[in-house]
Amino acid sequence: MIKKIRSITFLMLLTLGAFSCDSKPEHKEKDNKTASEITETKPEESTDLPKLINSGDKEIRVMNFSELQKEVLSVNDDKTYVINFWATWCGPCVKELPHFEELNAKYAVDNVEVILVSLDFPNKVETQLLPFLAKKDIQSKVVFLNDTHMNEWIPKVSKDWSGAIPATLIYNKDKRAFYEQSFTFLELEETVKNYF
Amino acid sequence: MKTFKILAGLSLAILIMAFVPKSIKEIGKSNGYQIGDVVTTFKLKNVDGKMVSLDDYASKKGVIVVFTCNSCPFAKAYESRIMDLDKKYAAKGVPVLAINPNNPKVKPEDSFENMQERAKTMNYTFPYLLDEKQTVYPQFGATKTPHVFLLQNTKEGSVVKYIGAIDDNAFDATQVETKFLENAVDAMLSGKAITTETTKAIGCTIKV
Repeated sequence: MIKKIRSITFLMLLTLGAFSCDSKPEHKEKDNKTASEITETKPEESTDLPKLINSGDKEIRVMNFSELQKEVLSVNDDKTYVINFWATWCGPCVKELPHFEELNAKYAVDNVEVILVSLDFPNKVETQLLPFLAKKDIQSKVVFLNDTHMNEWIPKVSKDWSGAIPATLIYNKDKRAFYEQSFTFLELEETVKNYF
Repeated sequence: MKTFKILAGLSLAILIMAFVPKSIKEIGKSNGYQIGDVVTTFKLKNVDGKMVSLDDYASKKGVIVVFTCNSCPFAKAYESRIMDLDKKYAAKGVPVLAINPNNPKVKPEDSFENMQERAKTMNYTFPYLLDEKQTVYPQFGATKTPHVFLLQNTKEGSVVKYIGAIDDNAFDATQVETKFLENAVDAMLSGKAITTETTKAIGCTIKV
C-alpha cells in the first residue's frame, strides 16, 4: 500500500513539475518585432552638456549610451558592479538610494562597486541632480546618461526592462542579472552575495 | 487496482494543475496584453463623475489608451502631446482614453480631486479615468506612466495593435525624430501593417 501511495505521489509530483515548467511567465514572441530590432542605430546625439560636471568635490561623467555600455555596463575585471538606474524625480529610487550607498561602503572590501546612473532630465542636471547629490552627500560613483534614444538603449541594458525605474543591473565577469524592482538593504545584500 | 489508483492520482494532479497555472499567470509580472490580444472591457470613473466603459467606444475605429498621471515628470512632459493626439485622431475615429493607474494614497498628487483639477485647467478633450481598484493596469500589463496601448475595433473585439511610447524624445517635443504611436495609428487607419509594434521608454513606476 505504501508503495502504491509512493508511486502515486511520485507521479503527481512529476505531473506538477511538468506543468510548472510550462507556467513560467513566457514572453509571447509572435511576429512582432521590437523597434530596436528594426531601426538602425542612429548616431547618439545628446542635449548639450559638458562631458564632465564638477559638483563640489565630486565629478560626474556625462555619457551617451555607447560610452555607458563600454565603460560601465561591460567592464571585465574582478569587481562585481551594481548599476542602479534612478532619477531624483523617482520617489521609489530616492527611497532605496541609501541602501545602495550602504552596500557600496560595506562591500567595497569584497570588490563590489555601486554606480548610480542618473536618468534625470538633461535640463534638470544643474538645478536638481547636483543639489540633490550634495545634499545627500552621495558617495557612490554617479554617471549622467544623456541619451534620448531610449527605445534603442533600454533593450540593450536588458530585454526584460519595460523602462520603469528603479531598475538595477548586477554583473561581474561570470554572472549578470537585471532587476526591475525596488530593493531593501537585506534584499540587495542577499542578491549581491550570490555573485561571490 | 494499482493502475486505477495511479490513474486517479494522475488525473487529480492534472485537474489541480489545470487551475494553478492560470493563477500563477495572473500574478506574474511580465504578463499583460501582447500585440494581437483581444482586450477585456473595463469600466472606470471619469473626472466628471460618470462611469466610462471601453464598450462606449464600440462604434469607433479604435482607442488610444494612455496610462498617465499628474505627478510623473515624463507624464507631464507628454501631457500636451497627449492632448494633441486626441485633437488629431478623435476626428479620425481613434480618440484618447487616459487612465491614471496610481494609488492616490501613495501619491496624493494623483488623487481623483487633483485629476479633476488638472483635466479642467488643461481642458482635456478626453476622459481621464482613475483605476481606483488598480485592476485595469495589470490587465493591460502597464508598468509605468506614460504607457500607451493602441486598440483597434474588429469583429473579434478590441485588439491590441501597438504598445509602448508616444515618440522617441521625452525631453523635447521639438526634437522628436520618430512618432511611434502616430505612425502606428496612421498605418492602422490605412489598413497597412504597423512596422514598429512595441517600443520602450523610461517612465515612472506605477504606485501601488
